[in-house]
Parts: sequence; structure tokens; C-alpha cells
Amino acid sequence: MAISTPTTPDGAPGAAPPAGSGTGAERQRRSALLHRLDVRGAPYAFVAPFFVVFAAFSFYPLIYTSWISLHRVELSTLNLMEWVGFDNYTALWDDDRFWNALLNTFTIGVLSTVPQLLMALGLAHLLNYRLRGSTFFRVAALTPYATSVGAAALVFTMLFERDFGMINWMLSMVGVDNVDWENNKWAAQAAISTIVIWRWTGYNALLYLAAMQAIPRDRYEAAAIDGASRWQQFLTVTIPGIRSTIVFTIVLSTIGATQLFGEPLIFGQGPNGITGGADNQYQTLGLLLYEEGWKNYQMGRAATVAWAMFLLLIVLFVVQRVVKRVLARKA
Amino acid sequence: MTTDSIPVQTADARPESARKTGKSAPPGGRSRQLFRHPGAGRQHHAGPVAYILLGIAALFSLFPLYWTMVAASSDNTRVTQTPPPFLPGPHLLDNLGKAWQDAALGKAMLNSLIVAGVIALSTVLFATLAGFAFAKLRFTGRNILLMLVIGTMLVPPQLGVVPLFMMMTDLGWGQQLPAVIFPTLVSAVGVFFMRQYLSEALPDELVEAGRVDGAHSLRIFWSIVLPIARPPMAVLFMITFVHAWNDFFWPFIVLDMSNPTVPVALTQLSAGYVRDQSLIMAGALLGTLPLLAMFIVFGRQIVGGIMQGAVKG
Repeated sequence: MAISTPTTPDGAPGAAPPAGSGTGAERQRRSALLHRLDVRGAPYAFVAPFFVVFAAFSFYPLIYTSWISLHRVELSTLNLMEWVGFDNYTALWDDDRFWNALLNTFTIGVLSTVPQLLMALGLAHLLNYRLRGSTFFRVAALTPYATSVGAAALVFTMLFERDFGMINWMLSMVGVDNVDWENNKWAAQAAISTIVIWRWTGYNALLYLAAMQAIPRDRYEAAAIDGASRWQQFLTVTIPGIRSTIVFTIVLSTIGATQLFGEPLIFGQGPNGITGGADNQYQTLGLLLYEEGWKNYQMGRAATVAWAMFLLLIVLFVVQRVVKRVLARKA
Repeated sequence: MTTDSIPVQTADARPESARKTGKSAPPGGRSRQLFRHPGAGRQHHAGPVAYILLGIAALFSLFPLYWTMVAASSDNTRVTQTPPPFLPGPHLLDNLGKAWQDAALGKAMLNSLIVAGVIALSTVLFATLAGFAFAKLRFTGRNILLMLVIGTMLVPPQLGVVPLFMMMTDLGWGQQLPAVIFPTLVSAVGVFFMRQYLSEALPDELVEAGRVDGAHSLRIFWSIVLPIARPPMAVLFMITFVHAWNDFFWPFIVLDMSNPTVPVALTQLSAGYVRDQSLIMAGALLGTLPLLAMFIVFGRQIVGGIMQGAVKG
């Protein structure tokens, strides 16, 4: 194994070279050298696999994406790359589907992330009480995380079915007419967001719970002595106490929301999946990328969409940092 | 991202038993019952309202899974009636068998098992190695490299998907499992997770003692680190397995229906190849069962692991 190189060339220090290969002093010097080599080199060997794999399969493709986006490349002839400069970018800029997908990604992202994190916060607070059966509630909350996006989306697609779906049936009990969840733009986006919320709320709640349990108890005591009500304690002790976790989950959810793909694809049930509904009413950037590359066979254009997603993420992070800094200054 | 957003954690200094159950030890040995004060959260016993809300949350979490089972055990006419069925029907085994055939789930399950197993094993191995180095070994550039690891969490792999696809085609791995396995052999979260654990759980003296005894680094890793790191390795294995099993975007792009993983095979169910709703649900149930079984057996450990790896404070 390559990892052991620092020690292998002359055998490990333990497996000393055969007697007669040198004097005792020489042997000692050699084993000291090997020892230094091991201490110096081993750490790099230990972290190397991570960086090698990351560089080969994440970083390099990420950079190469920009090169491809400047070419016309067809899926059937991947080796023929024709330089087109910024044509793909201007075409994307002029493409209504792009702006539609960008807006959809944003609205579905907000619809799924905001309620999800708020609910997770509330759930974590409840789980933070001293509870009977706390393990059950925690495992129950996390169970959706174990379902694949495929299974989850299939079930919810059925629950949101227009004619016989359970959700419309329950709505009909309170006098709401059948909602066409697939074809109504906002209803479809809400339904897709529900799948995301369902799968990830419990996961985020556990992250918050872990952070809440690390808050020193005397902060609550101090707040209580100052006469803070429970709600005030929640706002002034709990929330600030888990602020970095909240930032962390916002970052993760934002990345997830930008990449949203499986839920709308499966919700569309077949041909309508890739286009995000008959009128692209829920096509996300992820779906647009796939449509350009693997349905229209234009890999260059797909790469351009990938770049647009990357830019979107950068913009969101800058915004987030600014917001965070402003909030920190207030606090 | 700078250090202030992912603060270096938070040792979970609670005793092993407390960590396992997720409960906290009584602080300073004070009696829980006697010492109660007005505060929010953990100090308080949950009231009825909390239980009701938690019950609703649990229902929200579990109902879709329960209903998958109900639908998978009914027949198509029953499922598409209003009101929909709430109790399981008699057709479970029938439907599971048909779905198994229609969606080629046998092959998909085997593929998923291979993919998730290999990825989880390699992630655990490399994350433990790197986590050990970051936690206990001194080397130039350690902090910068660790920041790089954390930084890579912010790079969504999907952005490189076009060149990655071209790479895999060049390598002749199109539609092959290695195309899914190789890009995910390591995980930044895993490295970070193992580092946090080993910083706490592995005493410096033990590593030093190994050195004094003349053990080289790999030997120390093998004989000292691995035995101590077994519990978090198990947790990391399960979490990685779940992620790899459920991964969708990249496998969907690089694999096809002749050689799918489970999530990819499930899209076939939605895409109209199978019309029967109860069969679709049977397929969804089959694809989820292995992980559900894992959750029923190891749920508590997985929950503990996620909480332990969380960013705190």
C-alpha cells in the first residue's frame, strides 16, 4: 500500500536490517533517519488519498467545466470540441427557460428551506426537553432521511395525486376543491418542497439539538434571574447559542436547494419530469442542465448551466456573509 | 468559509453511556429532581403539549412510509378509490414479487449494495487515516489543509458533472459501477468527523508511547488508533452507506436502466413503465426496506453519530 512508503524501502524500523549490514552506530543512524522520514512523511501520506480523489473527481472537473462551456460539444461525439467562445453564455442569457429555471430554483428553494429550518428549530427545542421515549422521537424524526429521493418522491407524487390522492381527499373534507398539484405552478412547487421538507427536517433538527445541548446551563439560569420568560430565553440564549449551527444548516440547505433535481424529475412522472412539467412550471436549474446535456445532447450548454449554478451559489454565499456580518454587528 | 463559521468543536465530554443514549449526565452530580430552575429546554420535563407536538411530528415523519406499505399491500383499484385505504391489504407479497421483476430491482439492489458498501468502506478507511493525521500528527500546513478539507464541502459535486461524464466515457466506465464509486471514495465530512472524535478520544500520551516503543505511524494507526476509533467508524460507515445508497443525480446520469442502482431503477417506476399504483408503491417499499431495516436496528447509533458530528456552539 502506497501509504506505508515512508517506512517500506528498507523495511520498517522494527524489522531491523540483518546484522552485518553495518555497525551498530550505522544501524542506529539509519533507523533514526527512517524514524524522521516516517514522522515527517506519514501525515501527508495519510491525508493524501482525500486530496488525490478530490482533485481528480471534483476539483479538476469543476475547472474543466468552464473550458467545456466555451465549446460546442455533442453527447454523441464527445471528443469533437468546437470553440464557440461565449456563445453558450449569450444563448443562455437570452433563453427564457434559463430565467424561468433560475426563478423556480429560487422559489422552490425558499419554499423548502425556510419552513424546513424553522420546523427543525421547533422540533429540536421540543426534543431538548427531558422526555420519555426520546430515542423513539429522534429515530422517528430521522427516518425520512433514510428513504431515497426516488421512494420519497414516488410516495408524495401519489399522495398529491389530483383525483384520488390522499391530500386532496383530506382537503375535500374541509371543503377545498381538488387541487391540480401537477399542473398548477405554485401547487406543484409547494408539493415538491414538501418532499424536501419531509426528508430533511429531522436531520436538521438533530443538528440543532446537538448544538442546544452544548449550551451551558448557567446562561439559562442567568437569563431566568434577569426575569426572562421561556420564550425570551429561547430568543436570547438558545438562538444565539446555536448560531453557527444555524449558519451551517443554511449553507448546506442552500447548496441542496440549488442542486434540486430528483424530486421534480420524479414528481413529473416521465416525459414531463425532465422539462419540469408541461410548461416548465417547476423546472429547476438541475433539470435544465440535464435537459441540455442528456436530452438535447448539447454538453457545452449543459456546462454553461453548471457555471450559472456555481455563480448563483457564490452570489448566495456573498449575500449570506453580508447578512451574517450585519447580524453579528447588531448582536 | 472561515473558522468562525465551523468552530472547532465541542468535545462531547459526556460519559460514554450518556453519549450513547443522547442524554446528558446530571451536571456536577446534582440531583435532577431537586434542582430545577426556570429555563428553556432540556432542564424541563416535557409537558402534554410537547408530547402532542412531537407526536404530530412523528406522524408526519412516519405516515408516508406506513402508507407506502398500505398501498403496496393493496391492489390498484383499492388504492385509487376515495377515500383511500388506511389499513394494509392482502397483496403485499404478490406486489413485491411483481415489482421486483418489473423494475429489475434484484440487479439494482445488488448494484446499490456494492456501490454503497465499497464507498462506505473506503470513506471510513481514508477518513480515519486523515482524521488521525489532522487530530494527532504535527506537520507543516496542517491547518491550511484542514481548512481546505472543510472548504471542499462547499463545492457541490454536481457542478463538475459534464466533464466527469466525459472522463468516465473516456475511461470506458460509462454505465459501469466504478463511474459511481470512484468520485465518492472520500468525504470531507467524514474526515472532519473522525478528526473531531480522535482529538478527544485518543490521548496524546498513547501515540507518544507508541513512538517510544519504536512503532512507525502506520503501526500506531493500526494498533492504537483503529481499536479506539471503532465506534465512530461504525457510525460513519452507516451514514455514508445511507448517503451512497440514496445518491441520485450522478448515478442517474452515468448509469442506465440496464445496470441501475436502486434510486435509478425507481425512476423507471414513475416514468410510466409500470402503470399500477400499488406496484409502484411496492417498488418504492422494496428500495427503502434495506435502509429502514438498518434504521430499526441501528437507529439510535445513527442518531447519536449525526449529533456527535454536528457543529456545536
